[in-house]
Amino acid sequence: MNRAAIDLWVGFFVALGLAALLFLALKVGNLSSTAVGETYALQARFDNIGGLKVRAPVKSAGVVVGRVGEIRFDAENYVALVSMQIDKRYQFPRDTFATINTSGLLGEQYVGFEVGGDTEMLKAGDQVKKTQSAVVLEKLISQFMFDKAAADEGK
Amino acid sequence: MMTPKILRALGHWVTDRIWRLGFAARFLLMTLVYSGTALRRLQLTIRETYFTGVLSLVIILVSGLFVGMVLGLQGYETLQRYGSSEALGVLVALSLVRELGPVVAALLFASRAGSAITAEIGLMKATEQLSAMEMMAVNPIARVVAPRFWAGVISMPLLAALFSAMGVFGGYLVGVQLIGVDEGAFWSQMQAAVDFRQDIVNGVIKSCVFGLIVSWIAVFEGYDADPTAEGVSRATTRTVVTSSLAILAADFVLTAFMFRG
Repeated sequence: MNRAAIDLWVGFFVALGLAALLFLALKVGNLSSTAVGETYALQARFDNIGGLKVRAPVKSAGVVVGRVGEIRFDAENYVALVSMQIDKRYQFPRDTFATINTSGLLGEQYVGFEVGGDTEMLKAGDQVKKTQSAVVLEKLISQFMFDKAAADEGK
Repeated sequence: MMTPKILRALGHWVTDRIWRLGFAARFLLMTLVYSGTALRRLQLTIRETYFTGVLSLVIILVSGLFVGMVLGLQGYETLQRYGSSEALGVLVALSLVRELGPVVAALLFASRAGSAITAEIGLMKATEQLSAMEMMAVNPIARVVAPRFWAGVISMPLLAALFSAMGVFGGYLVGVQLIGVDEGAFWSQMQAAVDFRQDIVNGVIKSCVFGLIVSWIAVFEGYDADPTAEGVSRATTRTVVTSSLAILAADFVLTAFMFRG
């Protein structure tokens, strides 16, 4: 085979390979949707984060507005310190309520923002003051069972 | 006096292995040092890319398609038991991009292109073409080995990406077109779960490492082959066996590093 034909085939091969990579990045992966450009950091303290993981979504009204950046244990107050990277396009009032929710019964856990009515907005590095911990299913069940037992005794 | 004989054989075996490992490392270093020629005279590398990459296209594309289709069938079977057949896209894409794409493509590449490289270089050595080159003051490592090495390193990530893309397409064909999983859920759940940096880039890194390993083993075994018909055939077998084992071992190490968190 002559030179030009080989060049043509190799060029075709490389173009095909790069097209496959592009397909993986845009159609299979989330490069197109999570082009979250600029972010700012917010912190929140939770008594119990349950199964929250790094990179879990932060949602407000069900829409992803950011990601969990880092989870640490605050050894002074014995609580979990969660820092979140929030999309710069969205601002939240100072009295925003951060909760840890589960999507579906067995789904992954995420941080939910319930927006308050304050006129002042949270700035980068601020802390979300009002938080609610994850619901631990075992605690809920045991509470229910103890309540039931107590009610039965009272009869 | 049985024991000393066994000990001697064992010692000889170990020394031989370590000697070969050392020679292989020195050989890789020489290849890298002399690869300037391969990159300057790009035509040589492009020619080899045709033989290693373009000619492997058919086997990679067809196996990718079938692996994806099998994943679609098997994944659906298991997922629908838990009522989550919409997660089929996630299962197909993640298993292909993270593991199956790089690993199976590298295994196919080792048996399709690696063995050919070894046989070619081994035969060149057996017919004393390499010595003839040296006699003409042409460095055989720069002229023969380096272009083949780089062609393998370049081809591997592209082939792995093609394998994964083709596999996702195969999964789509079976899952959505044949079985009837919802198309929107298939793609959107896949896009939500597959992360570009975490999954796709790591897969590409894996395939680059595998390309390096397979090309290195292939050119080394060819260069180190006994210059006989039997020696070349043994070297070709060794290339396929050693690179398959090396790919799987390296895959474990890389996975442990990448996806531990």
